[in-house]
Amino acid sequence: MLEIKDLHASINGKEILKGINLTIKDGEVHALMGQNGAGKSTLSNVLVGHPAYEVTQGSIIFNGKDLLALKPEERAHEGIFMSFQTPVEIPGVSMVNFMRAAVNAKRKYLGEEPLTAGEFLKIMREKRKIVELDNKLANRSVNEGFSGGEKKRNEIFQMAMLEPTFAILDETDSGLDVDALRIVADGFNKLRKENTSAMVITHYQRLLDYLKPDIVHVLLNGKIVKTGGPELALEIENRGFDWIKAEIEA
Amino acid sequence: MKSEQQYIELFEQCRQMLSSHSCEVMDSLRDEAFTTFQRLGLPNRKVERYKYTDAQEAFAPNYGLNLNRLDIPVNPYDVFKCDVPNMSTLLYFIVNDAFHSKELPKYQPEEGVIITSLKDAATRYPELVMKYYGQIAKKAETPLSTTPEGQYVDGEFIPMHKNNEPDAITALNTMLTQDGLFIYLPKNTVQDKTIQVINILTSKVDLMVNRRVLMVLEEGAQAKVLFCDHAMDDVNFLTTQVVEVFAAKGSSLELYELEETHVKNKRFSNLYVQQHEESKVTLNSLTLHNGYTRNMTYVGLVGEQAEVNLYGGVIADKKQHVDNHTLVDHQVPKCISNELYKYVLDEEAVGAFAGRILVRQEAQQTESQETNANLCATKTAHMYTQPMLEIYADDVKCNHGATVGQLNEAALFYMRQRGISLEEAKLLLKFAFVGEVIDKVDLEPLRDRLHYLVEKRFRGELNKCTGCKLCK
Ligand SMILES: Nc1ncnc2c1ncn2[C@@H]1O[C@H](COP(=O)(O)OP(=O)(O)O)[C@@H](O)[C@H]1O
Ligand SMILES: [Mg+2]
Repeated sequence: MLEIKDLHASINGKEILKGINLTIKDGEVHALMGQNGAGKSTLSNVLVGHPAYEVTQGSIIFNGKDLLALKPEERAHEGIFMSFQTPVEIPGVSMVNFMRAAVNAKRKYLGEEPLTAGEFLKIMREKRKIVELDNKLANRSVNEGFSGGEKKRNEIFQMAMLEPTFAILDETDSGLDVDALRIVADGFNKLRKENTSAMVITHYQRLLDYLKPDIVHVLLNGKIVKTGGPELALEIENRGFDWIKAEIEA
Repeated sequence: MKSEQQYIELFEQCRQMLSSHSCEVMDSLRDEAFTTFQRLGLPNRKVERYKYTDAQEAFAPNYGLNLNRLDIPVNPYDVFKCDVPNMSTLLYFIVNDAFHSKELPKYQPEEGVIITSLKDAATRYPELVMKYYGQIAKKAETPLSTTPEGQYVDGEFIPMHKNNEPDAITALNTMLTQDGLFIYLPKNTVQDKTIQVINILTSKVDLMVNRRVLMVLEEGAQAKVLFCDHAMDDVNFLTTQVVEVFAAKGSSLELYELEETHVKNKRFSNLYVQQHEESKVTLNSLTLHNGYTRNMTYVGLVGEQAEVNLYGGVIADKKQHVDNHTLVDHQVPKCISNELYKYVLDEEAVGAFAGRILVRQEAQQTESQETNANLCATKTAHMYTQPMLEIYADDVKCNHGATVGQLNEAALFYMRQRGISLEEAKLLLKFAFVGEVIDKVDLEPLRDRLHYLVEKRFRGELNKCTGCKLCK
């Protein structure tokens, strides 16, 4: 699915990613952990083509395609979705118009007819149930006046609408209470299919309890310094990151 | 030669012709207006009020005028089959500056309501028209009681405050106008159906048009009026328009103005509103497509607890120019004024907004709010914004703010990540931005239609005026 090789990226001339190598296969869920400022969001943003980041070296192949040659919207059409660490408020643009534009843009890319208003609203209704998103929120402007938790729920709702094959969750669990976390995690699991993959960024085991990652990576100072199975996340939960730093220095 | 000279000569040469095709009431103010115009001349950018729009330059070319009132063969229904979906209106046409009496609406207005040619009205009801014609504009020019300084020029008192000087364009219009529209609502009349007036500019040669509108709402009367401006032919048009509105005690008016002309059209429109106690006036003007536009709006709040809402939306690209100049004059206590103007400027468009709010010493407990927000989508588009709060009373609640910004990059990227193209994402943001002004439109069918038109405009589908798009 995804193959990242020797990826270097910088922002405002400052190098943040210093040689990332990472392969994610069809159907796998990878967890990406690491302290604040390690570069986790940077990696996510580079994957979705944020124009502020400059890739200075390396390659990303996504389902056989050179991802770096594609525009952000084309990457989305190819099946990449990112749940933003900080979702953006867009006053005056209704959730309905926003989602309709997104869904129909993808359909057009795939050579399909746009959905009729009726079909579209029906799908909206169905998908809202997956994350128990209130109808009131769906009728508002994008993220405007949403609480932190509602914004995160809205991210997974959008994921449900767009049915990506590769999802990046950037701290989707932060700001969620126990119930909301369960709803969001259950929603995500319902959306998983045999061949869909994900990269999940989190600081907490409680999300991983639900999502059951296959592989766990630790990112430190722009490099992946340790990779292991689900037990690595448990160990980090108990011991923090210092022991990993010590290992590297040793 | 300065550009006022040709209008001065025209007036002197055609004084007789102007009269013979007009009426006594309109004639009665001509000479006085001429004197004023001669004294003021056409304003250039050194005149504070015309800082952003150069009238000297705009009025310099030589336009034809139809002072002989030659009939212009046009069947407006052929071109403008007007029908805002789900809204039936009382539909009237003004061809250039002449009320088109050949085509009158299918429906009758409410009993006692007069909607007709200004010239006819002034002939049939001279006393009624005389009482208001030119008077509302004149009242707007009285000096501030709190700043009595000034000087006498040729025996005429010129107040210190330049903004309260007579307006040269209004004087020019009063000098040259021969007809227009008169709307009258008797006491307590509720005109339920919207009055829709389509101004059509049509000519084979470059044309100057001087249109005049007078609206009188007697005590407790209610009306909704929609003006649509169109330019049919591909020639240069120059329009001066003076609209006077008298809103008596407890009356209520919703006035919508839509300009959808072309790049060869120059529009100078001066709107004067006089509001008496507990009256409510809402103005919503949308410049959808134009050439060179200056809209001046003066609102005199002269009766307590009057309320005015001024809303304006501007969409401009190419080298289009739109200048909205407003003055809300709080003369008495307990009035409310709200203003919201939003501009989206693209390519090399120029926008200007000057919003002066004057709270006179007597006007205690005034509540006033003014917002001007602007989007410049390119570096070559220019916006000039100048909110001016002038407060002489101490017990007031006044707020104002102005912003000029670019499209929100974070929002653009968020949308692109969801698969929306950059172009489409920009469009959604612009659409949302102006949408706030359109959402203020109370009439739902009109609101829906305007949203639709704005979207078409942003998609570049409204660049030519081939008919009333509000309708087709
Ligand atoms: N716009 C920016 N300009 C300069 N440095 C930035 C910018 N955005 C992020 N950084 C820096 O990049 C580093 C990695 O940030 P980020 O990828 O957000 O980390 P994480 O998501 O792992 O907490 C941090 O040191 C941060 O300060
Ligand atoms: Mg982060």
